[in-house]
Amino acid sequence: MPSRIAVPKTYKLYLGGEFGRSESGRSYPVTDPRGRFLANAAQASRKDARDAVVAARRAFGPWWGATAYNRGQVLLRVAEVMEGRREQFATELAAAEGWALRRAPAMVDAAIDRWVWYAGWTDKIATVFGAANPVAGPYFCLTIPEPTGVVAVLAPQTSSLLGLVSVLAPVIAAGNTAVVVASQNRPLPAVTLSEVLATSDVPSGVVNVLTGRTAELAPWLAAHDDVNALDLCGAPAAIRADLEATAAGTVKRVRSAPAAEPDWTRPPDTGRLRSFVEAKTVWHPVGT
Amino acid sequence: MDWSYDPAPESREIANLKPSYQLFVDGRFTDGGSEPTKSVDPATEEVLAEVGTASESDVDTAVQAARRAYDRVWSRMPGAERAKYLFRIARIVQQRARELAVLESLDNGKPIRESRDVDVPAAAAQLFHHAGWADKLGYAGHGPDPRPLGVAGAVIGWNFPLLTAAAKIGPALACGNTVVLKPAETTPLTALVLAEICQQAQLPPGVVNVLPGGGGVGAALVAHPGVDKVAFTGCTEVGKQIQRTLAGTGRRLTLELGGKGANIAFDDAPIDQAVEGIVNGAFVNQGRARCDRLLVQESIADELLDRLRARAAALRVGDPLDRNTDVGAINSRDRLERITQLADAGDAEGAQRWTSPCPLPQRGFFFAPTVFTDVSPAMRIAREEIFGPVLAVLTFRTPEEAVAKANNTPYGLSAGIWTEKGSRSLWVAQRLRAGVVWANTYNRFDPTAPFGGYQESGLGREGGREGLAAYLAVDDDGGRR
Repeated sequence: MPSRIAVPKTYKLYLGGEFGRSESGRSYPVTDPRGRFLANAAQASRKDARDAVVAARRAFGPWWGATAYNRGQVLLRVAEVMEGRREQFATELAAAEGWALRRAPAMVDAAIDRWVWYAGWTDKIATVFGAANPVAGPYFCLTIPEPTGVVAVLAPQTSSLLGLVSVLAPVIAAGNTAVVVASQNRPLPAVTLSEVLATSDVPSGVVNVLTGRTAELAPWLAAHDDVNALDLCGAPAAIRADLEATAAGTVKRVRSAPAAEPDWTRPPDTGRLRSFVEAKTVWHPVGT
Repeated sequence: MDWSYDPAPESREIANLKPSYQLFVDGRFTDGGSEPTKSVDPATEEVLAEVGTASESDVDTAVQAARRAYDRVWSRMPGAERAKYLFRIARIVQQRARELAVLESLDNGKPIRESRDVDVPAAAAQLFHHAGWADKLGYAGHGPDPRPLGVAGAVIGWNFPLLTAAAKIGPALACGNTVVLKPAETTPLTALVLAEICQQAQLPPGVVNVLPGGGGVGAALVAHPGVDKVAFTGCTEVGKQIQRTLAGTGRRLTLELGGKGANIAFDDAPIDQAVEGIVNGAFVNQGRARCDRLLVQESIADELLDRLRARAAALRVGDPLDRNTDVGAINSRDRLERITQLADAGDAEGAQRWTSPCPLPQRGFFFAPTVFTDVSPAMRIAREEIFGPVLAVLTFRTPEEAVAKANNTPYGLSAGIWTEKGSRSLWVAQRLRAGVVWANTYNRFDPTAPFGGYQESGLGREGGREGLAAYLAVDDDGGRR
C-alpha cells in the first residue's frame, strides 16, 4: 500500500480566464499512446466554443490596445512561469506523448524558449513588416501591420506542448486573441499550459483553450461570424477542405495545414506572425 | 452673364477603336471558341465593338501556354531581364496614354478626366514600380530566395479595368509568374490593348494571356488545376465562391472585394476640403474604394450637408468624353438597375432623398448624384454596397460612436477621417477596421502603398512589399495565404 494517496488534477476548459467543465457536462478519457488511462478531460461543446469566441472578442480590444512592449513582457512572463514548472511539464509530457522521461525536458525547454523568441517579436512586427511608402505625391503614407482579430487555432495533434506553443505564441504576439482546440488525444499539457497563462500576466480571454473532439468543434469555429482567421494546423485531413470552404462564408484568413506535422524543434520563421496580421495603409496630406 | 460650359469633348478617334477584338493567347490574337459579344458604350448604349469570348478549351489552351512560358522562359529568366520587359511595357502604356484613356472612358463610362488623370497614369506606375522589384525580390522581406508560384489566374472587375489589369500583371511578372487574365465582361477593351502592348514590347509568347468573356470563363479559369494562384477583383459574393472553389487545393488566393467605406467628418474638419473629399469619394470616382457612407458629427451636420448638396448640385453629369464632365455613365444597365433599386429601398425604409437637379442625357445609363439623410444603420443603403453616386448620411456625437458606426459592417476596405486635430485623427485611424485610411484626403492610390481590405473586403494586399507576398512562394512550415 502506498504511503500516501496522490491527489489527481481535474482537467478543465479555460474560457475567459476561468477554469470550468464543459457546459454540456461531457468528459472523455485520455490515455497515453499505449492505451493506459491518464485522466478525464472536459469534452467541449458548440456552446463552449461560442463562449470562447465571445471571451476572445471581448479581450481583443484591450490586448491589441496594449503596447507592444507590454505584450512582450507578458509573453516573457509566460516563459518565466513555465520555467518554474519544468518538472511538472516534463512528467506530463512524457506521459502524454509516451516518451521516456529523460526525453521530455528538452521539449519543455524548447517550448519555453519559443515563448522567449516570440516575446521578443512583439515590438518588431511593425518595424519589419510595416513600411513608409514613398508615394508619388505630397502625402505622408504609412503601412502598419495590425492583428487580424480573433483567431481559431486547431493545435497540432502530435506535439502537444512544443507544437501548441509554436502555433499559439505567434498569434498572441501579433496582438490577436485565440480560441485553441487542443490536441484531441493529448490535451493534458494544454490544460497545464492554461494554468500557466492564468497565473502569469496574460489577460483573461486572450487565450481560451478547449479540449474535446477537434472534428466536432472546428466546423463551428470555421463558420462563426466573429472569428477572423483559422489555423488548420491540427485539423483532421478528412475535413480540412470542408473547413476551408466553410471559412469562405466570411472570407476568413485560413492558414492551411501542412502535409505532415512539422518538426517543431526547427527554428521558427516569420510565416506564422505574417499569417495573422492585416496591413493598414494610412494617408495624410503634407502641406502648410 | 451665361456661365454655362461649352462641351469640350475628346475625340473618339483617339481610341483607335477597331470593329472587332480577339483573345490573346500564347502571343497571338485568335478567335474565341464561344459566341462573340458586343461591348457597349454605356453613355450612348451604342455597340463599340465585337469582342471574341473564350470557351472552356480556350481557358485550357491559355493556361497551358502560360505554363509553357513559365517553365521554358519566364521562370528561368534573370530578374534583371524580366524588369526590362516590364519597364518597356510601362513606357508603351505611357506613350499610348491618350488612346488608352479615351478607350477606357468609351468602354467603362467614366469621365475622361478620371481615366486620363488617374487610371492610365496609375496603370503605368504599377508596371513601372513592379518592374524595379523583379531583380530585388531577395530584399523584400520574404526570405532570401523567394520563388515564383507558377501560373497566375487573374479575374478582374469593371471599375478600373486597365489599372486593375496592371496591378495584377505587374507584380505577377516581376515575381516570375505568368498570367492568364480575364477582364470584366463589360470592359474588356483596354486589357486587349494592353495585350497588344505586350506584343509590341516583344514579351515572350504565353507570359501574358487575355481571355475576354463572362462569369463562366472566370469560373473555369479559377477552377483550372493548372492555375497555381488566383487573384480576383470583384464583388464579395463571387469572392466567397472562389474561396470555396479553392478550398483544400493548396492553391494561393488574393481577393479585392467590396466595401462600405465611411467618411467621418468631425466638428473641427477643414470643411471645404472635407466637402471636396466626400464628393470625390461618393460621386466622382467610379468606385475602387467607393465611400458611400458619411458619418458627420451632429453639431456640424446641417452646415456640412448644405455645402455638400450645393457642391454636388454643381457636378456635371454626362458625356464621359467631355473634359468638363464630373460624373460619367454607370457601367451597365444591370448596375443602373441595382443602384435604382437600392435608392428606392432607401425611400421605402424612410430615409430622406435629395437628388441633384442636374440635367441628365437622354440616352445611356446615368444616375444623378443622390444624398440620403435620416439614415439608420439598419437600412439597406447603410449596409449594402451601392456602387453608384449615392451617399447615405448618418450622424454621431462622440468619436467612440463614430468608430463603432464606421466599423459596423462585415466589410473593411477603406475609410476617411476629416479633422484638424492630429491626435484625434490618429486615434480614429488606429481603431478603424479598414485596410486603407485616408485622413484629410480621399481616394489616393499608389503602387508603393499596399491596398486591400479587412474582413469581407478581401484577402491579401496589392502594392508595396506586402503585395509581392501574393505572388511568391515562401518557405514556411505550413503554406501561407
